[in-house]
Formats: sequence, structure tokens, C-alpha cells
Amino acid sequence: MKSKAGFFFFLFLICTAFVSYVHDANPYFIITKKDVKLRLPKNFPTPFYTFKNNKLKPEIFLLGRELFYDEILSKDNTVSCASCHERIAAFAHIDHTLSHGIYGRIGNRNVPALQNLIWNKSFMFDGGVNHLEIQPISPITNPKEMDETLEGIVIKLKKSSKYKGLFFKAYKDSLISSERMLKSITQFVGLMISNNSRYDKYIAGKEKFTIEEEKGLQLFRSKCVSCHTEPLFTDNTFKNNGLIPDSSLNDIGRGLISGKKEDYYSYKVPSLRNIERTYPYMHDGRFKKLKDVLNYYGSKENHTTNQHPEMNKIGELSFEEKQNIILFLQTLTDKEFLTDRRFANPNFKG
Amino acid sequence: MRKIKFYKIGILAMNVLVPVFLFSQKSQTNVTIQFNHFVGEKLLTLDDSIYYNSLNQTFTISKFNYYIGQLKFNRNDGSSYFIDNYYLISEDEEKQSSKSIPLTTIPEGEYISLEFIIGVDSARNCSGAQSSALDPINAMFWTWNTGYIFMKLEGKSKFSPAPGTILEYHIGGYKQVENCIKKVKIPFNQSVKIGKNNSAQIQLKVDVAEILKNPTTIDFSEIPVVNNPLNATVIAANYADIFQLIEIKNEK
Repeated sequence: MKSKAGFFFFLFLICTAFVSYVHDANPYFIITKKDVKLRLPKNFPTPFYTFKNNKLKPEIFLLGRELFYDEILSKDNTVSCASCHERIAAFAHIDHTLSHGIYGRIGNRNVPALQNLIWNKSFMFDGGVNHLEIQPISPITNPKEMDETLEGIVIKLKKSSKYKGLFFKAYKDSLISSERMLKSITQFVGLMISNNSRYDKYIAGKEKFTIEEEKGLQLFRSKCVSCHTEPLFTDNTFKNNGLIPDSSLNDIGRGLISGKKEDYYSYKVPSLRNIERTYPYMHDGRFKKLKDVLNYYGSKENHTTNQHPEMNKIGELSFEEKQNIILFLQTLTDKEFLTDRRFANPNFKG
Repeated sequence: MRKIKFYKIGILAMNVLVPVFLFSQKSQTNVTIQFNHFVGEKLLTLDDSIYYNSLNQTFTISKFNYYIGQLKFNRNDGSSYFIDNYYLISEDEEKQSSKSIPLTTIPEGEYISLEFIIGVDSARNCSGAQSSALDPINAMFWTWNTGYIFMKLEGKSKFSPAPGTILEYHIGGYKQVENCIKKVKIPFNQSVKIGKNNSAQIQLKVDVAEILKNPTTIDFSEIPVVNNPLNATVIAANYADIFQLIEIKNEK
């Protein structure tokens, strides 16, 4: 009798486990080994971050995705990474000039897109952060952003049965640490690779450009490419692009990190991939539209005298030239990346 | 039924055997380095004691944390034993044990001096997320300008013009121009003898007063706060000589 009861209990367990598995198994959110395979684009240089000490694994990526979309990372549990890094905007903050934080606080700089991060040598507009795994600590602890401490987060995570489970699945033991948290987020954001735009297909000979796009590319290559170097569309350096500093922000850019006078008001050259979606533009988000950016670069007005000499090569741009450059820049929009299900919010069940 | 019982006995046996096994594997401490924090000739007490700097300015100390690492035990013949590890030492009620480093791996032999660095080497400043002593959770880390804070000395002085009359010295920086990593060498007054049945205690004095003078006297009214690697080197030059040997105790 006893063994029969045991058998039915066992059967019951299996059934409930199966039902809950099927229930959770929305294929849109499932991450398989295939999904976390690092596929380096052939024409890209060697990445700076290689996952060598942070081996890609579906369960770790999944943990990173949960953390990225969870407000638990902020002091009052109201702001997540995704609050300012939206998928539709290549993980920039669409239509917001400066970063936002808890209690409606406003930060000092425009939110950068998250893409091709493993090819970044340093992070932030001033390059103050030297490693991808360390980067999340910056917005997490910034009082104007999430205003939390690593200690505070680890305490919260340890209290959460959901995270206890996710950490165990990812790391095969119950230790919840800042190192594991940071490395999980790194797997999630590190796999955000954009290399399937129309431009990429054009380069691979799979698609053709219109005459205007073609002209735009030629103009781009003669005037912009020395800083926005293909195929990443950044040369990973810091340049002063001549913008008159916003006196309300008191931001000296790279100068804050290097302490060198010549680096004052220099900012990291951002990638132009998915630029159509990452408006507004510039380190302080002062320009709403691409045409505003082109109007600025294509004229001599409102530039400071200590702008980088490369800037002088651009010269005056005609209306048509600006139009063509913009049409070319729009070919950098990577719809596959922008709609990649791996990066979608797993808690969005709408 | 019989099988179940057998299984239970198995678990019971494991419960007894595993700890016994683990315990027997654990090697014994053979060298302990003890860090004794002083301000001049007085033992450091946080918050309550009033100290004087060499300009006769009064101050109190509320926090004193620092990294040391890359321990090297030197032998008479020029060879040495190296430990590639870091320790965060903290004068904090709850972290008193951090002031004592128990070492279990020192090979048998006679040692004549100890070397280590104050700070964290540049490779580890550029290696991403780490654990234990180097876990950024310890708040010895600059988030806006990546790098470990090698030493935190905080307190108050009525001479400080900073808000709340605070003193706050956060010292660090691994890049060439702002290097705050300092090498320390402690020659022993008698050799440390490590054998099968010999262990040793090394008692060090760490003088906080030295952080505020020699070569540069820190005037609280002029430099109440340092929290940037770009201007930390002055204090790093001061902290290079805060360690002194008190005594060696060879034990049997």
C-alpha cells in the first residue's frame, strides 16, 4: 500500500513539473545553447572582451537578462537598466536628452546605445570605465541614476527566491555575489551585436544601395570616416567636436579622467550604427534630429576654437549632401538586432 | 525497506566522514602577520580619540582601510616565497580579524625579510569583476574612473573647510602618471624559522600619522579631501613608510 501511494505521489510530481514547464515555455523567451554562441562578424576586428573568463551559457545569459530588466538594481526599486536602455532604440533612451534616475533625477549625459560593446576599449562618454564587466556598477551607484550599492543589491537578491533559483541554475551552487551578478549582465549585453544592417548586406554584396545612399556613403567616407571608422563606425578615441559646452552641466568630458587640459570637452566618438533610432544626439542630447547634427557639422557656426583638427576637413555641406549622408546613415539601422527576441523583456507578457 | 535503511546509514556515514576528511585536509597556519594600527605612539581608536597632526591641528579618525598584496618572504640565499593574493585590512569593529593575516602555505625554511605592496597591481585594476578582497562590494573602488581605492582614511577636523568639517582621503591610481602603488620592505631583526613544528608571528606597526606627513605635511585647512587618482600621489608618497616591525615571535 505504502509503495503504491508513493508511486502516485511521484506521478503527481512529474505531472505538475511537466505542466509548469509547458506553461513557462513560451518559445519566444527560451534561450538555447545556439542563442548564446558568440558569432563574430568576419569583417570586424578582434574584440577586446572575449568571454574567456566568463563562459557563455544559456542560464547565465538568462540571469543577466532578468537582472537587466529588473528594477531591483535601483535603490527604491523603480529603475532598471532597461528603463533607459530600450530595445527599440538599440538600447539607448529614445527621445530623452539626458539620463534619468530614481526620484526623477536627471543625469549629466545622453544615454549611449548598447551594441557591439565587446569591441569597446573603454566605456562612458569619458572612457572612465576600463572593463565591460565593471561598467554596470557606474549607473547602479551613480546618485543621479540608480543610487544603489552592490552590497544593497546582493542583500536584495539573496532574499529573492526567484534569484536564488536563477543563480543556482546558472552557477550550480547557491552563492549570490557581485562578481556573478556583473558577469551575468555582461553575457547579456555582450552578445548585443549589430551587424545585419542594410549597410552590412551591401558590403557583403547581398544588397544594393540607391544612388542617393551610394552618394551618401562616398561623402561619409571622405568626410566622417576618420573618426567614425568602418565597420564599427567609431575609432574608440575621444575627440572635441567643437560643441559649445552647456554651462548648466559642468562636464569637462575626458578631461575629468585624464586631467589633461587638451582632453577637456572631448568625448568618446560614438558608433553610428542604428543612429536613426538613438535620437536625440550628442553627449548632452542637444540635437533632436540627424539633420540638426548634419547642419552643425556642415557649417562653421557655433563651433569652439579648440575643436579637433579633423573637424575642419568636413567643410560646408550642401542641403543635398546632407540629405544623402542621412540616407546613408539610415542604412545602418539593423532591424534584426532591434527585434532580436533574445534581448526582449522576459517579463513582458502583454 | 532494507534498501532504504542502508541508504540512510550511507548518509549518516557521509555526514561523519566528510567533515573528518575536510578537517584533516586543512593545513595549519604557520605564519601570522598582525597589523597594529597606531597614530604616533597611541593605538588607533575610531571616532572617540583626538589626535594632532604635525601642524598641531586636531582631528579624529572614523575609517581606516587599505589593501596590501603580493607578499614575498625572502630567504638568506636570495630566493623567496611569493603569494599572489590581496588582503583588505580594516580598522572596523566588525572586521577586526582583517588585521591579522594567517598564512598556511609558507614552506619550511628561514626567512630574513618580508616585502609587499600597498595597493593593487595594474593588471588586477583592469580585469573586470572580481571576488573576495577585490570584490567591488567592499566599496574600495572608483566606479566613475575604474580602479581600486588603495587606502581610505576618513575623519573630521575643525580645521577642515569641507562640508561637515570632514577629512576624506581616498588614495589610489594604477596608471603610470598617477601611480600610488608603493613597495614595502620589512627586514626582520631575527629570522623567521618555519619548520614542521615551528610557526611564527610577525607583529607590524602601522602608523596613521605618517600618512599625513613626510615628505609632505598635510594641512587640513588646505587639503581636507582627496578622492581622485589625479591628485592622490602626494599622500601615496607619504604612506610608503607607515609600516614598521614591532617584533617576531618564533613559536614551537
